Amino acid sequence: MLIAALVLAGTVAGAQTQAPAGQAAPAAPPGNAETGKKLFVANGCYQCHGYEGQGGSAGARLAPRPLPWAALSRYVRRPANQMPPYTEKVLPDADLAHIYAYLQSRPAAAAPASIPLLQP
Amino acid sequence: MSKRSVDRRNFLKGAAVTGAAALVPDAVASAAQGPAPAAAGQGQRPAAAPTSAREIDPRGEAEPLTTDRPGGDFMVDVLKSLNLEYVASNPGSSFRGIHESIINYGGNTMPEFITCCHEESSIAMAHAYFKVEGKPMAVLCHGTVGLQHAAMAIYNAYCDRVPVYIMAGNSLDATMRRPGVEWAHSVQDAAAIVRDFTKWDDNPVSLPHFAESAVRAYKIAMTPPMMPTLIVLDGGLQEDPIPSEVAARLRVPKLTLATPPQGDSGAVAEAARLLVNAQNPVIVADRLARTPAGMARLVELAEALQAPVIDQHGRMNFPSKHPLNLSESAGQLIANADVILGLELTDFWGTVNGFRDSLVRTSRSRIRPNTKLISITAVDLYTKSNFQDFQRYPEVDVAMAADAEATLPAITEAVKKLTTADRRTAFAERRTRLEQMHARARDAARAEAAIAWDASPISTARLAAELWAQIKTDDWSLVSESGNTSGWAFRLWDFEKSYQHLGDSGGAGVGYGAPAAVGGALANKKHGRLSVNIQGDGDFLYAPGVWWTAAHHQIPLLTVVHNNRAYHQEVMHIQRMANRHQRGITRAAIGTTITDPNVDFAKVAQGLGLYAEGPVSNPNDLGPALRRALAVVRKGQPALVDVVTQPR
Ligand code: HEC
Repeated sequence: MLIAALVLAGTVAGAQTQAPAGQAAPAAPPGNAETGKKLFVANGCYQCHGYEGQGGSAGARLAPRPLPWAALSRYVRRPANQMPPYTEKVLPDADLAHIYAYLQSRPAAAAPASIPLLQP
Repeated sequence: MSKRSVDRRNFLKGAAVTGAAALVPDAVASAAQGPAPAAAGQGQRPAAAPTSAREIDPRGEAEPLTTDRPGGDFMVDVLKSLNLEYVASNPGSSFRGIHESIINYGGNTMPEFITCCHEESSIAMAHAYFKVEGKPMAVLCHGTVGLQHAAMAIYNAYCDRVPVYIMAGNSLDATMRRPGVEWAHSVQDAAAIVRDFTKWDDNPVSLPHFAESAVRAYKIAMTPPMMPTLIVLDGGLQEDPIPSEVAARLRVPKLTLATPPQGDSGAVAEAARLLVNAQNPVIVADRLARTPAGMARLVELAEALQAPVIDQHGRMNFPSKHPLNLSESAGQLIANADVILGLELTDFWGTVNGFRDSLVRTSRSRIRPNTKLISITAVDLYTKSNFQDFQRYPEVDVAMAADAEATLPAITEAVKKLTTADRRTAFAERRTRLEQMHARARDAARAEAAIAWDASPISTARLAAELWAQIKTDDWSLVSESGNTSGWAFRLWDFEKSYQHLGDSGGAGVGYGAPAAVGGALANKKHGRLSVNIQGDGDFLYAPGVWWTAAHHQIPLLTVVHNNRAYHQEVMHIQRMANRHQRGITRAAIGTTITDPNVDFAKVAQGLGLYAEGPVSNPNDLGPALRRALAVVRKGQPALVDVVTQPR
């Protein structure tokens, strides 16, 4: 059966291309990663993106190395595809900034070559 | 097993092979010498007589109290001719006659009785059994409460185009019903409640009628598009003696399956022409492979064209490590295609269109304006109205109302004939490009699997990788849907055999997973295969009695619970609603999560007779837990490990 993965494959790239390329992007408001971790769960981001923002069939990968703040916050407010919109009314910028700090705090993944179970 | 039943089997085996006209099995022959006949086909239930045999004073000398020739025995003769290996059933009085005939007269073999705890389990077991074994399994249930329980699972099998051989007990003659429960368990038209999602049904009124309908039901179920069929078994026909004059007419009809319909030769030629001339042809397969030949035929066509294959996983269609398997790059390939060949697609429209689930629902084409679409599907031969599983109307250029697996060889042959040296060179270049794409996708999968590798809850990528490491040298079979783990098994494992993936439920009716896994494992058992099930936690809770069935019948099966502690699809739906309505976006867990208390799945499974461990939430504990459980499975028993996981 046709699954959501197919739907996502075409759309994630679309979201990426909407990020301003090469412009001087506004910096993220200050945020706290610990608070952000809680808000990431409470506001449901984890549902589609995974607790670590690792992504999967229900949502794009957000971390490690999240999009620049401007692109991320614009996407969250007005998603181009399947993601439900989070308006300022229910998720203030200050909370989204904590979430952003959490995503930025996610460690880089180990190289797959260093994980025995991921050898081809 | 009695000598008589052995003789019977040999006798009927001969009958099935020769198809001799005048077959008179043992049960029938002895009945022919029996007492004077009652009404034809209704045993001792004379239709016109003012007082029936059962209303005679019970102390009367003339009243027969026993019979050694009940109609159910003949029914078993017919079932044996159909080569049904198992009958799954939650026992019920409306079919006590044939139940007893199966276990005693039939020797509880071909079919063997599989004790189930819910009719939904019986049907889903038979559903998955077919996808491993390629032949139907039987189910017995009450025509009333049993069919009502079974209905959702029947709908799943119908949507998945899978034959299930269903028999339902009923008591038609109102004057012969026991007061009380038998009335509540009787119905005028039992099949009515499932008629919208079965292919055919009948309500035989005599044993000769049963014989023809039983064979016909099998044939219809097995003709593409395959679907469940239903025969209603009257209690009188099962229990009453076979009247001698009926016995004289009894025979087991010969079964000849219809050959699956092959695409029209003109349409085949047109499809081949389009495919050979295409710059970027794409093959998409969903419920294609109904037999192991399906995969081999698809590989042959893909290699003849050096065209990419997108497997939508409705069946095990294409080896996952084949360099032309580009399922991971579906979006990009569909967008660039100039010809798309859809093989038994559930949703061709959804394959070539995007749809946005937002306040204003919109859709857009994902293909180029002149892309040619070729569809081959047997579903075009038979469509019902009420239930809407047929999806949006696809506007295709060539539509073959035919079985795709049967049609592939003709297309491949036509493609080879049309392929010139120039085209062959172009195909070889395309192959090189696709091989590189395939390799990049496999590398990307490993890199993405490494993200959140040490997370707790455990990532679904880690779950898939840990499991793969321990089964990859076995003759394994993934008997679960595996749809809610972000496709990690497809991305990391090496699928190459027809039984290594069984597709999904068809109708997305939750509760399919657990019994389907047990049914698939039952089919795998005699082949000595290692059956593995990635089990949703919500699905587990529908009818967990099926784990007892697995333990009771010693069905080897490793179940790994993908325990995200929620009906997670619904969590996301409620989140979507809250966001859209701009309120309460932190409350999506209400009514959707399975916490407080957390279910102790290992304890539940232990109570039902399984070896079970968990909950495992530290990723480093997972490997050892799987190893211990697999040791139990390798000894022939079911075992379970409960793993606390990431949502998807
Ligand atoms: C119901 C599922 C769902 C929820 C909840 C959700 N997202 Fe998404 N998100 C998606 C999907 C699906 C995409 C991929 C693009 C699309 O289809 O819209 C996405 C894309 C994104 C992107 C763009 C990523 C890229 O690389 O283009 C960002 C940023 C994002 N989500 C952030 C968030 C944040 C932050 C939250 C919580 C406040 C959140 N999402 C909640 C489903 C969801």
